[in-house]
Amino acid sequence: MKDTITTSDTASSRPTPAARGGRPRRRKLTFDRVTFFLAFLGVPLAIFVLFVLYPFVQAIFWAMTNWRGFSPDYDFIGLDNFTKLLEDDIFLKALRNVALLAAFVPLVTLTLALGVAVAVTLGGPSIGPVRGIRGASFYRIVSFFPYVVPAIIVGLIWAQMYDPNAGLLNGILTKLGLDFEEFSWLGQESTAMPALMFVIVWGLVGFYAVLFIAAIKGVPAELYEAARIDGAGRFRMTISVTLPAIRDSVQTAYIYLGIAALDAFVYVQALLPGGGPANSTLTISQDLFNTAFRKGQFGYATAMGVVLAVVTLVFAALVFAVNRLTGGGESEGKKKASGFKARRAGAKGGAQ
Amino acid sequence: MSAIAADRKQASDRKPARDRKLTRAVVSSDRRFAALSHGLLILWSVIVIVPMLWVLVSSFKSTSEILSSPFTLPDHWRIENYEHAWTDANIGKYFLNSVIVVVSALFLVMLLGAMCAYILARFEFPGRRLIYYVMLAGLTFPVFLAIVPLFFQLQNFGLLNTRPGLILTYVAFALPFTVFFLYAFFRSLPHDVYEAALIDGAGDWRAFFQVMLPMASPGMAAVAIFNFLGLWNQFLLPVALNTNQDKWVLTQGMSAYASSQVYDIDYGALFAAIVVTVVPVLIVYIIFQRRIAGSVSQGTFR
Repeated sequence: MKDTITTSDTASSRPTPAARGGRPRRRKLTFDRVTFFLAFLGVPLAIFVLFVLYPFVQAIFWAMTNWRGFSPDYDFIGLDNFTKLLEDDIFLKALRNVALLAAFVPLVTLTLALGVAVAVTLGGPSIGPVRGIRGASFYRIVSFFPYVVPAIIVGLIWAQMYDPNAGLLNGILTKLGLDFEEFSWLGQESTAMPALMFVIVWGLVGFYAVLFIAAIKGVPAELYEAARIDGAGRFRMTISVTLPAIRDSVQTAYIYLGIAALDAFVYVQALLPGGGPANSTLTISQDLFNTAFRKGQFGYATAMGVVLAVVTLVFAALVFAVNRLTGGGESEGKKKASGFKARRAGAKGGAQ
Repeated sequence: MSAIAADRKQASDRKPARDRKLTRAVVSSDRRFAALSHGLLILWSVIVIVPMLWVLVSSFKSTSEILSSPFTLPDHWRIENYEHAWTDANIGKYFLNSVIVVVSALFLVMLLGAMCAYILARFEFPGRRLIYYVMLAGLTFPVFLAIVPLFFQLQNFGLLNTRPGLILTYVAFALPFTVFFLYAFFRSLPHDVYEAALIDGAGDWRAFFQVMLPMASPGMAAVAIFNFLGLWNQFLLPVALNTNQDKWVLTQGMSAYASSQVYDIDYGALFAAIVVTVVPVLIVYIIFQRRIAGSVSQGTFR
């Protein structure tokens, strides 16, 4: 696997990538070749353009109209929707909630996922080469479990766990002698948001743990060997060898976790479909969905979508900037940059 | 144990006295590391497994048993909860709908994604880079930006609330990821085999389907697994674009069933419905878990 990967990396950073193998592939345009190109490129692109690209472009236009959907007429109102959004208390609340989600969910998820990954790969016996922990594959399988459970079901399971009367959480806490009988985790402003965050983290840690386990296994053994000879223990190796080596995987994961947290639609719909106590867990996605499909204010809802997209891009830019400023990302320049795309494609698959 | 490590160290170093001390410190710190590792992993495993076990046990209890205590085992194991879930929640029907939509979309997106990735990876033509970056944008923007226009786009084509409409949307949104992953894969395939196929008289079509595609099958399998999970768990697209109850997919059906429970609570059946939804995926996961872990790692090493 590794050989093929390095070649693909270098190939994509070359100026004329398709020249791999030495010979340019320009042949006569035969009927066969034309139909081949039309079918192979035309069909997928047509679907992509019709159902992804065009709606994105349309969204930007509709965000500047007062269109209400089912009637054909609308006015172009420029940036009015956006100024209205800035005065819309409910939307601002949603924006704040989403900012909280984006700040905490990736941080907690990645810390836990890294912890699990490091424990599985480096927690083995101290003597000899670095080895994985006993039962490593058991832990890996178990921690990945929640990821294969549909997110909506994850939400429903935890809605039951948090249930004030019948839920297991209050049951356990009461057994431990704490006064949590009938405590409504999702019904209190102070606990609804953390409870929601925990569920998202619970659902996503496994995927990123497995991702990092793979990344850590890709770190050359010589690095650990060298650290060993220099007298480093496992803690030191984790900080000085493992983390720097997988830093770009972490960056990619951070971005896609942020995107997942900024959306969070499935989880809030399962746990807090009404937006939570005093809208304390209302997300932009929920607000957008209700504004569009319940109230029929399509222009206004699309403007929310544009804001969400901008927030997403700002978040990604921030993660990039922080990683650069602290000395990552840039070091190997182009090679890493081209590797990033494919890796982030991998992470996205998980984030869907 | 630590003595052996100390000996090894000593052999490889010049200052034995200082080093032995260091090594002993390192070994004890490694012990703490191992203990901490075990602690963390056991704790997390418990947090993952306990809710699932609890749902499983509760799915056999009556509503009053569930309300009285979350811990007790059912006095008799009520299989009828599953019958209720199956009939009241229509799990069977929604499951079938999910299978139809996801399998069709998966087949299409793998075929179209492979074709597109192949062209982008192996041929030089004007606009190639542009297509590549536009697809990258499709991967980054949130689906919520597109959801409203998409609704009307499907309505214009008469595809709203139809299976083909949902399938096409699934294909479109899974396409960028599929293309990126397979792009890297097709690029890494040796060129000689392709040349040989052409010399043997294969056209572009045959070269792709009989030579290149089979060679890419490990990559295809990895992407297919991810796409399957992503599409099977998809929630927003069906909720917004597939509102005809007869065509609901499983995630939609479960969400609606859970919210209908607010008025007339049959906890046992709700838990049973959750179990019925989760078990098939878990079985598939346990069978394929090695493959899945492998796929994740292919995603990272690029």
